[in-house]
Amino acid sequence: MVTSEVRTQVRTFVTNNFYLADPDAFDDATSFLRDGIIDSTGVLELVTFVEDRFGITVPDDDLVPTNFDSIDALVAFVERKRG
Amino acid sequence: MAFSLDQVELGDRVHGEIERISTWLRETVLGKLKRRGVVLGLSGGIDSSVVAALCVRAFGADRVLGLFMNEGESADDTARLARSIADHLAIATVNEDISPILVATGCYARRDAAIRSVIPRYAEGWKCKLVLPSVLDTDRYRIFSVVVRSPDGEQLAARLSPAAYLEVVAATSFKQRTRKMLEYFHADRLVYAVAGTPNRLEYDQGFFVKNGDGAADVKPIAHLYKTQVYELAAALGVPDEIRTRPPTTDTYSLPQSQEEFYFSLPYDMMDACLYARDHGVSAAEAAVAIGRTAAQIERVYRDIDAKRAAARYLHAGPLTLAPPA
Repeated sequence: MVTSEVRTQVRTFVTNNFYLADPDAFDDATSFLRDGIIDSTGVLELVTFVEDRFGITVPDDDLVPTNFDSIDALVAFVERKRG
Repeated sequence: MAFSLDQVELGDRVHGEIERISTWLRETVLGKLKRRGVVLGLSGGIDSSVVAALCVRAFGADRVLGLFMNEGESADDTARLARSIADHLAIATVNEDISPILVATGCYARRDAAIRSVIPRYAEGWKCKLVLPSVLDTDRYRIFSVVVRSPDGEQLAARLSPAAYLEVVAATSFKQRTRKMLEYFHADRLVYAVAGTPNRLEYDQGFFVKNGDGAADVKPIAHLYKTQVYELAAALGVPDEIRTRPPTTDTYSLPQSQEEFYFSLPYDMMDACLYARDHGVSAAEAAVAIGRTAAQIERVYRDIDAKRAAARYLHAGPLTLAPPA
């Protein structure tokens, strides 16, 4: 799976799963937590999604905003994990 | 003036605060709500003990009803300490064992099935609790894990799936909602108001179940930091054993401190952080007073803000398109 497909799937999951009043207003660098898009339960859903969809394992130490707080961060994290 | 921990304390204002709350309780319950007294649940903890003592000040012991609402997983000392504050205040009490109601609603069975979905060996006789990582030393998201212990003492931990986490919390909330249902039963039959017992930390940060322990007609200590609640307890003569008991959630079958379930910090430090956050004290200045690093206090500030955001839904009453006439 190429990076653009990962990006599309992540973005589709976020827009479908966390009700966004205006999906166009959030770009790939938007902070999920700061902009109130998702809370800690939402982060848990994101983690489960990337583990299931991309076949990676996310250890507890990787559960940090650097890896999960935006589309860009998530895509980069998945790419790193997939080597 | 530099920020210091004693700014959170009432000090010699404690007796004035007791009078202020007592007057407010009388005016509100008797005057505005037209109720004749107060019913409240007694857990043996500091908050419900202080609220009971304040209600006795406000209304007299003969207009306060204390409820004991234990269940099979209540801590061993809950019943005894709850009884001790009731005896100390000489108030009437009713014992309501809520276990049969919780069994009937599926509280335990639904929770246990959800836990089993991530830890298949979890079985009858095992105990459980939810825990959070510390907020102080890592930027990790505050995502709950479940910890279980077998009858032999073997302990296992696992991150919960989103569905399992939500189901565990939803099922466990039957406990708080069942207790509130019984409080309102007794309030209705006596024409009493229900007193809620959250302190400021719990109320502000959403450490309550919506329509469970979050429901009440009056919340007399919701403006007080936990430190201040302890000051009131001393001034009101709450028995020593209650004042020295470590705060507990008393919600899960394994012993669980409030720190590991919600606040990540001892209550006095959490008080200081909340006070500092609300009084424009920088993380660097608060860090000096609290004895932590500025980076650690920054993390606590972020956690306070995140919890406050999540608590908005919990505080919201039913919303309507148009107000009632």
